[in-house]
Amino acid sequence: MAKLRFHIRYPEEHIPDPILYQIGKEFQVVTSIRRADVRETTGWLDVEFTGEADEIERAIEGLRLKGCIVDPIELNVVE
Amino acid sequence: MTKKMLALICRECGKEYPTQDIHVCELCFGPLEVKYDYAAIKQSISRESILAGPTSLWRYVDLLPVEGTHFIGKYAGFTPLVHAKNLGAFLGLDNLYIKNDCVNHPTLSFKDRVVAIALTRARELGFETVACASTGNLANSVSAHAASAGMKCYVFIPGDLEAAKVLGNLIYRPNVIEIEGNYDAVNRLCSEIAGERHWAFVNINIRPYYAEGSKTLAFETAEQLGWRAPDQVVVPMASGSLLTKIWKGLNEFKKVGILDSVSTKINGAQAEGCSPISTAFQNGRDFFKPVKPDTIAKSLAIGNPADGYYALKTVAESHGAMDAVTDDEIVESIKLLAQTEGIFAETAGGVTIGVLRKLVKQGLIHKNDVTVAYITGNGLKTQEAVVDSVGRPTRIQPSLKHFTQTFGIEEST
Repeated sequence: MAKLRFHIRYPEEHIPDPILYQIGKEFQVVTSIRRADVRETTGWLDVEFTGEADEIERAIEGLRLKGCIVDPIELNVVE
Repeated sequence: MTKKMLALICRECGKEYPTQDIHVCELCFGPLEVKYDYAAIKQSISRESILAGPTSLWRYVDLLPVEGTHFIGKYAGFTPLVHAKNLGAFLGLDNLYIKNDCVNHPTLSFKDRVVAIALTRARELGFETVACASTGNLANSVSAHAASAGMKCYVFIPGDLEAAKVLGNLIYRPNVIEIEGNYDAVNRLCSEIAGERHWAFVNINIRPYYAEGSKTLAFETAEQLGWRAPDQVVVPMASGSLLTKIWKGLNEFKKVGILDSVSTKINGAQAEGCSPISTAFQNGRDFFKPVKPDTIAKSLAIGNPADGYYALKTVAESHGAMDAVTDDEIVESIKLLAQTEGIFAETAGGVTIGVLRKLVKQGLIHKNDVTVAYITGNGLKTQEAVVDSVGRPTRIQPSLKHFTQTFGIEEST
């Protein structure tokens, strides 16, 4: 089992949607929210994913297909 | 002196960790930073002890996150603070100073400061392999320092980087890995490799120590001004870390009794083509929205800045401001600095000077304010930005007659 950490941003129009819940139903991953800031105009979550590495990869792709932007927990590491 | 580093502490929840190679809080995933024993440091540091130290950033070792004295990057720091009288006169400022990291050792950018600290700490932690993901100055500095320290080095770069920038790494013979794919893919892979390999990734798992090197810009500024904090500083923002650490450095000097007071306004500068932090400031937000960078100021082109939130907080705390400039304004400002002070800055320097000009025009920086503008890299590294706007040499025939005719100079008798 792998544990990977991501910073997920919601596009403004998807803020009311239960996207993380949907991802948990569609893929064999367990999500654990550690920090979040969701407001009318912005939404981000710092989340740990637990599961098989390939399945986490598919879940991340699933988030992207739903319009989310997924970055490493460190945000930009290329300086 | 007793142990000066007490712990790594989460900037969000305050949970403490041992001073090892970790950078993210296991509990809330917030970033970690070094927690010092300021009471103990106050007992050993003084203006006299600093003056007796080496003429490098290591004179401030009491406030740096290393344990020993086997320093890597012995000559980094202690760059000139230039009283910019000509540029000051142009802008209407009597007390303008340029902190000139164009001449930092060994790779001509402020990254030599953070890398010196990072590699020294990495070796203390037992690492013999260092790495970074970079498009420019950071890679140059890591490669050079690793070469001089005899450490193995891996530099990850995007596959479409300009040849000159790749050469700036290859000359030191690190392992240079070009990654195919867009910036986001490169970014993500580097984060994954950092998690996978037991290497010292200077700006990932060594980041809590690496970032502390930026404080030395504040320490030097205060010392070179005659042990006082400036009234205003203008700092270029990429990740936003540098700006926060200049504020931290000035306040640490006050905390340990080196400075009597600090009321510096911290001002942040970005390029319009990548201005997530200054846009948030302009819109009165305490959060930023990531952007896709599109600017000639490549060394500041971080669209999702790790310390953006903390930079906004710092500027609010210090009652400073932020602004951004266009690519044309960047070029004009590079030329202005060169033609008034004889300092050829890279594009980030153009951003700093451009925003300085704007803040003066807006009445936010005043004539008598002691103002320091931070120039963080050398113009020889980004010549392509100005190559089409500096004209051509005057071409003449090889005769004295042509020379005197061309320049209207009377022939001497």
